[in-house]
Amino acid sequence: MAEGTFVENPDYPIELNDDTLDQAINKYPFLVVDCWAEWCGPCRMLGPVIESLAKKHQGDIVFAKIDVDKNRETASRYGIRSIPNLLVFKDGVKAGDIVGAMPEDKLLERINALRG
Amino acid sequence: MYDIIIVGSGPGGLTAGIYASRSRMKTLMLTSQVNPSLITTTDIVENYPGFPGGISGYELIERFTKQAGMFGLETVEDDVVSLERASRDSKDIWRVKTGKGSYDALAVILATGTGYARLNVPGESEYTGKGVSYCATCDGPFYRDVPVAVVGGGNTAVQEALFLTRFASRVTIIHRRDRLRASRILQERAAAHEKIDFAWNSVVEEILGETLVKAVRISDVEDPSKKRTLEVEGVFVFTGYIPNTAFVRDVVECDESGYVIVDGEMKTSAPGIFACGDCTRKLLRQVITACGDGATAAFAAEQYVQDLKGNAYGAWALS
Repeated sequence: MAEGTFVENPDYPIELNDDTLDQAINKYPFLVVDCWAEWCGPCRMLGPVIESLAKKHQGDIVFAKIDVDKNRETASRYGIRSIPNLLVFKDGVKAGDIVGAMPEDKLLERINALRG
Repeated sequence: MYDIIIVGSGPGGLTAGIYASRSRMKTLMLTSQVNPSLITTTDIVENYPGFPGGISGYELIERFTKQAGMFGLETVEDDVVSLERASRDSKDIWRVKTGKGSYDALAVILATGTGYARLNVPGESEYTGKGVSYCATCDGPFYRDVPVAVVGGGNTAVQEALFLTRFASRVTIIHRRDRLRASRILQERAAAHEKIDFAWNSVVEEILGETLVKAVRISDVEDPSKKRTLEVEGVFVFTGYIPNTAFVRDVVECDESGYVIVDGEMKTSAPGIFACGDCTRKLLRQVITACGDGATAAFAAEQYVQDLKGNAYGAWALS
């Protein structure tokens, strides 16, 4: 994905890969990246939760997803050992991560806690 | 107002859902987002009839879900907080309260399953998701060509150890006894596998690391002064289960471990509450037994609902 092709205020989780992750981190002031893989049952359960949050918090929180099985550089760079794993970036810097599936309201609480 | 609310969406709950919906009961299934059915994290189910080549737990559940949907089962993703007796239209009902709201039903089927027990040793919480895992199928592929440990000696522990050999350079099974509890076929496969070795009569004392797990310290069960440190990057814990029944322990009778006590018709101690699957006290916790329980629970719940409706109308009382 070339620079500038990212949507301004997406209402859905944008798809990232090893090459585009950094651009997204630098572009969006508050970015939540859902690290997932095909073979992970709990990840598939979290998928709809992320989609719902992306819709409800359009313009406030940008959600993205990255298949860490296909993008192993990202997995090793962020020491991902368990998925689902949400990487939270604030102003271009990693603010924390959230491991495991959880209900929408609890997840939002954890995300907001990392906003500082 | 529902006829039946099913709490949980594993094999027991979904089978109850198929039977109840097909009987045209107004049925709602509440799916937990916190405690997904353990079968969804099982890489292969080899002993469920009808699938001679085996089937992944996730795919099996997808098929169950599709089948229940065909009969119109309504599903909401919401975690149950409490279950209370209430009255509505001069009928005794159950009010199921969740994080988002509350739902009323004449009967409730508990199919909440179990979760993995924790070791409760230093380092475990600190490194959860950073080397400590309770799901080999989720996390195994992150351990390519590195040594890992599996804690436990039952079916799950051994099956997950075998799964992990696809990725890890070595899998050490740490078990508190001198032999496995797992079924013979799994024991044979583990013993014959070149990547698997065993730390017998051993318990985990501490999980060590630096940002990520680096090692696990174990001690001998008989002589705790005999300690060893195994260099591993992953520790997969499968030592036991805890029933997901905390919210019903004051409502229905449970055994000392928290499993719901049911009779042969899957009735609990509370009228109108039924239970099925792994959350109940039983000998064998498998997909096939959960399904059997689920069918019975749905049938018994339907009878209860019909009785209640009949009684409410007066003239059709069955007894």
